[in-house]
Amino acid sequence: MKRKRVNIRMPGLGGQGAVTAAHIIATAADYEGYYAVSNPFFGAEKRMAPAESYARIGIEPIFDRGEVVYPDVIMVFHHHVITMGKSYTMPFYSGIKANGLIIINSEEDLLSDTDKKFLESLNVRIYTFPATKFAIEHAGTELATNMAMVGALFGCIGCVGLEAIEEGIKARFLKKFVASGGTASLDSALERKFKKKLELIEKNLNTARAAYELAAEWAKSQGLESFLPPPPRKVEVA
Amino acid sequence: MSNLTTSEVKVNKSGQRIVSPDYLLFEAPREKFFMTGSEAVKEAVKRASVDASVSYPITPQSEAAHLIGELWVEGYVGVYFRGESEFGVMSEVAGCAMAGARTITTTSGPGTLRAFENFPMWAGTRIPVQLVLMARGVNSPLSIQPDNLEVGFLLDTGCMIWYAENAQDLFDMILAGFVVAEKPAVHVPVITVVDGFFVSHTREAIMIPPDDIALPPYDPTKAPMPVIDLEVPPGRFLRDPFVMKSNYISYATHASWQFEVRAAIERSRPYAKHYLRGLIEEFGNPEAEIVFVAAGTAASQAKEAVRLLKDEEGIEAKVVKLKTLRPFPYEELRASVKNAKYIFVPEFNVVGWMEREITKWLYGYSNATIIGAPRVAGGMTMPAEVIVKEVLNYVKES
Repeated sequence: MKRKRVNIRMPGLGGQGAVTAAHIIATAADYEGYYAVSNPFFGAEKRMAPAESYARIGIEPIFDRGEVVYPDVIMVFHHHVITMGKSYTMPFYSGIKANGLIIINSEEDLLSDTDKKFLESLNVRIYTFPATKFAIEHAGTELATNMAMVGALFGCIGCVGLEAIEEGIKARFLKKFVASGGTASLDSALERKFKKKLELIEKNLNTARAAYELAAEWAKSQGLESFLPPPPRKVEVA
Repeated sequence: MSNLTTSEVKVNKSGQRIVSPDYLLFEAPREKFFMTGSEAVKEAVKRASVDASVSYPITPQSEAAHLIGELWVEGYVGVYFRGESEFGVMSEVAGCAMAGARTITTTSGPGTLRAFENFPMWAGTRIPVQLVLMARGVNSPLSIQPDNLEVGFLLDTGCMIWYAENAQDLFDMILAGFVVAEKPAVHVPVITVVDGFFVSHTREAIMIPPDDIALPPYDPTKAPMPVIDLEVPPGRFLRDPFVMKSNYISYATHASWQFEVRAAIERSRPYAKHYLRGLIEEFGNPEAEIVFVAAGTAASQAKEAVRLLKDEEGIEAKVVKLKTLRPFPYEELRASVKNAKYIFVPEFNVVGWMEREITKWLYGYSNATIIGAPRVAGGMTMPAEVIVKEVLNYVKES
């Protein structure tokens, strides 16, 4: 049975761009014609401390708010979430739904046999993907880790195509956007690092695109189908 | 001396074309944007011909306050500055409003408490100030998380209390808020509540009209109180001739004035009904025996629970969402729970002020069991699964 909704939980560390990723995921899904909502974890975020964000995508209007307690997909942005317990939930996969998916940004397998046994019992798939390494290779900076994670997500779960992902990224970086004072300063740091905004967008797009294609191949090899039915509406985002 | 009336003015001070409130809210073509609740505040204020706004930072309303400041830079708000504290802010917007300005401000949690003395003062001076309240937990222990205990404190300040469920509601309510609050027969403040973070920081699709049209400017000459100027000092407003006198005239003046403020809120009903498209909204099976009565995010979560109950348990339920708490939509509520056997009141606070309200207004009008649950606080979310579990507990017991 196909889902009506995909709930995504993104544990990571402050500064990795999990909040930005959630907003891009929801904007892209909205562009694709789904209903979508995103929000950050509500706390005093700081660099390297646990941070979490959430996105919900569905085929009917979404009322649900706040933290995702029962996720279909968990995107682990940093290995510390698993190895050092830098997570709001313990274990990090608490509440995961049957037939779910976990994407882990890591170069190595971090799960214990107990973890694997539990997740297998729920038929949860695990995609271990070195997103930070991938970001450095494709964008020349680990700051594009979140773009690699966004690409990997949609590569795995389908539903939202590359055009919509690109729209989501452009919407985030081309228009003036205030998420918080912290994000504003992060933006200026990002801009200094990349020198030009357009160059930044291009690198982000390339990273997301490459990660999308790689993950789509993995999903195909696993026999994963699209997580949602086709979008119910196709309305352009202004 | 020019004697222009509102209807003769074609553009406001920002150069936006003035349209009727009905056109702005119901008829103007709308376009979809994807934004946070804080950004929705900015978009509403941009179309509201606002004369003055005063801000003070506190999580989670800081971004909304900041964005109103951007509107000032862009020329859409007449006066904007940062107050010394929330007490200062609420006093300063009162001064602006007494001088005939359309004013708006925002606050949250401890900020609301610090400013509290001003809310009954606003009501007593009959100023149509709008406060966008992004509810947050109050100390102690310290919390910056969503929790709406403070809304319970505000219910009897003499201000209208409206509760927006999401960014769309918030956008529409801010515009409607000015229109209703400024009606000469009403002319009391309006506090437009949303749950902090759940609405302020959540990004979703909303439909909004173009930004080159705006509400007609506030016309203070229609107010029930004179505008302060060199001949009408603020003292006239504050009713202080009665302050230090202990006699029956002063008691009666104070009491009748307090009654009049409440009566003004009652007179807002027909206007609020029109501009909010009803004081309540129903979701789910209209005949259901299981009814959730809620406002704000609690209504959102209950809607998800209604879907889950139907899809997974085959149980019919409905949500009665209250859009206004002052005035309280008791007639609508009584009619909507006619079939109810169980009325659940989900809330984001520990005390259950909403359950108290519901119980009071349904006393003698409903035989349903009223259950003040589930109740979460201090920033916790209320997953639909938790609400379903609560319902199943009661349904199975009986």
